[in-house]
Amino acid sequence: MSEAHEPAAPPRKSIIQSLEIDTRMLGMIGAFLLVCIVFNILTDGRFLTPRNIFNLTIQTVSVAIMATGMVFVIVTRNIDLSVGAILAATSALMAMTQVRWLPELFEIGHWAIPWIAVGVGVLLGALIGAFNGWLIGYQGIPAFIVTLGGFLVWRNVGWYQTAGQTIGPLDKTFMTFGGINGTLGGTTSWVLGIIAVIVAVILIFKSRSTKTKHGFPVKPLWAEASLAGITTVSILGFIAILTNYAVPERVVARDPSKYGCEIAEGCNAVYGLPISVLLLIAITGIMTIIAKRTRFGRYIFATGGNPDAAELSGINTRMLTVKIFALMGVLCAIAAVVASSRLQNHSNDLGTLDELRVIAAAVIGGTALSGGIGTIYGAILGALIMQSLQSGMAMVGVDAPLQNIVVGGVLVVAVWLDIQYRKRTGAK
Amino acid sequence: MTTPLVEMKDVSIAFGGVQAVDNVSISLHAGEVVGLLGHNGAGKSTLIKMLSGAYKMDSGEIFIEGNKATIQTPRDAREYNIETIYQTLALADNLDAASNLFLGRELTTGMGFVDDDRMEAETRKIMARLNPNFKKLKEPVSALSGGQRQSVAIARAVYFNAKILIMDEPTAALGVHETAMVAELIQELKKQGLGIFLISHDTREMMELCDRVAVMKNGQMVGTERVEDVTEDDILSMIILGKNPKAAA
Repeated sequence: MSEAHEPAAPPRKSIIQSLEIDTRMLGMIGAFLLVCIVFNILTDGRFLTPRNIFNLTIQTVSVAIMATGMVFVIVTRNIDLSVGAILAATSALMAMTQVRWLPELFEIGHWAIPWIAVGVGVLLGALIGAFNGWLIGYQGIPAFIVTLGGFLVWRNVGWYQTAGQTIGPLDKTFMTFGGINGTLGGTTSWVLGIIAVIVAVILIFKSRSTKTKHGFPVKPLWAEASLAGITTVSILGFIAILTNYAVPERVVARDPSKYGCEIAEGCNAVYGLPISVLLLIAITGIMTIIAKRTRFGRYIFATGGNPDAAELSGINTRMLTVKIFALMGVLCAIAAVVASSRLQNHSNDLGTLDELRVIAAAVIGGTALSGGIGTIYGAILGALIMQSLQSGMAMVGVDAPLQNIVVGGVLVVAVWLDIQYRKRTGAK
Repeated sequence: MTTPLVEMKDVSIAFGGVQAVDNVSISLHAGEVVGLLGHNGAGKSTLIKMLSGAYKMDSGEIFIEGNKATIQTPRDAREYNIETIYQTLALADNLDAASNLFLGRELTTGMGFVDDDRMEAETRKIMARLNPNFKKLKEPVSALSGGQRQSVAIARAVYFNAKILIMDEPTAALGVHETAMVAELIQELKKQGLGIFLISHDTREMMELCDRVAVMKNGQMVGTERVEDVTEDDILSMIILGKNPKAAA
């Protein structure tokens, strides 16, 4: 056996080993930075401006939110081709609710309207998802077929609801989830950034102390400290970039009091962290906790690794499938809030081809279609890489057909690289 | 005689017209190892899967310590302290040893989150007892050798204080040294008063490990004999001919 030949003294650890950073994630971050730097050079520095980074993040949110759910779907060896369609159906219902139906009951602009709209949208998403999950889990219809059918059904249910019309303008509060219309400004962004840093550092060292308490080996202190350092710089750097994006004076002039100024001149208002990005961060956090720290998440990965073992361990894998797809539906509805409010109205083609972007984001982010493997942060990174490529090429002026050719090629190459990586590291 | 730990009475199950197990009865006492022998497809694994909750029987009754038991799911079986080590090991390859050991019965913190640190600590403890060479606690079990994987599966049964242990070909994938280790463990568990059902193809191994052997053929019970009362040849002819030579004599 191979273990017998290992030398008695532990081999010297490299820096990366000491930090216990996933080398795969490191590669992805490297690829992402490379994309950013190349486009920054090609666009003479226009790619990495606060304005473009701001736009890039708000464009990514909708796909990234759904990609976190797609990780669970793919990890359990399923697929969901209907996410773009569910997004359209829930968006249509939310638009109709807030623009057509509720204003007849309340006056226009009533505070409850956007929240009722979000509520019914999320409920519809959960129901559609649970129905898909029931067909897959309890009726044994392959997920590919159920969601391929759903791909046609749900988008057109949305179309039917709206009679094909574009519905808008949406409620003002609702639209704060869209990005540019809902940002936190300078001060709040910094406060949140600093809270995030404090929480991150506490978590890093708390995990260390529980490990020590149980007598497990821990990383060297310098590694822990540099990890905390990198996290701090990343969070504050991100906030610094977003708070450097100034609100143009003509925008401030429309309503100076909104930016805490009397007149537009010399106001120096900044956008700061968009609420939609904050929403994505919150969802990422919650989904990561579900994946790593709950039984539900543990069962998702166990089922993906070995469905029979999961079943024999007393896990109700059918109900699990229903829950996973219901969660996917809820995330589609939340993504619909972001996507429709970014465009300020609902149109029938909202979220077209999103299923492919979402699946690509999850897969580029390291989710294996063979099941059992995948991370939430990977999917977010995957979504960011896809969006960067797309908007970078648009900025450079690459022709539309070439853009799609490149994105398609990148997807295949990314998966090929992943397979090579897993072969080399011996991971499954 | 004392009340048997397990008594399966006239148990039957069919799969789409094939009578996989036909009116079979079998019993198991505390501190006893009962071996199940037979060709592939004789119905051994199917019989035992009705006890472990993986299959629902069509007819028949199961008594656990004299009381009628209803076993519909693997979870029900666990309620009766029945633990199973499957031929296919039933491990999730992508998870580490601790996650597999506690799969379906995770330890949680006060907040209801899974407590990986505590599970790892417990796994270290039990592994130190079962297989002191076991070191790869952080890696997915796909990175482990056959014997190490087997010890994770056995640890799962031992940790949760099984009273009734079902082992479906526990040594099929193991080397000589590891097989000896499992044999030792079976003796140890027997001493602690567990009842063990053992399924194997290896007649000689069964004669050494078991107190009684039951032979099945075509879904029916050929016969159950104490190992002292029969020779290996008797057993072999039961397996091949489906007749009990002693009964015929």
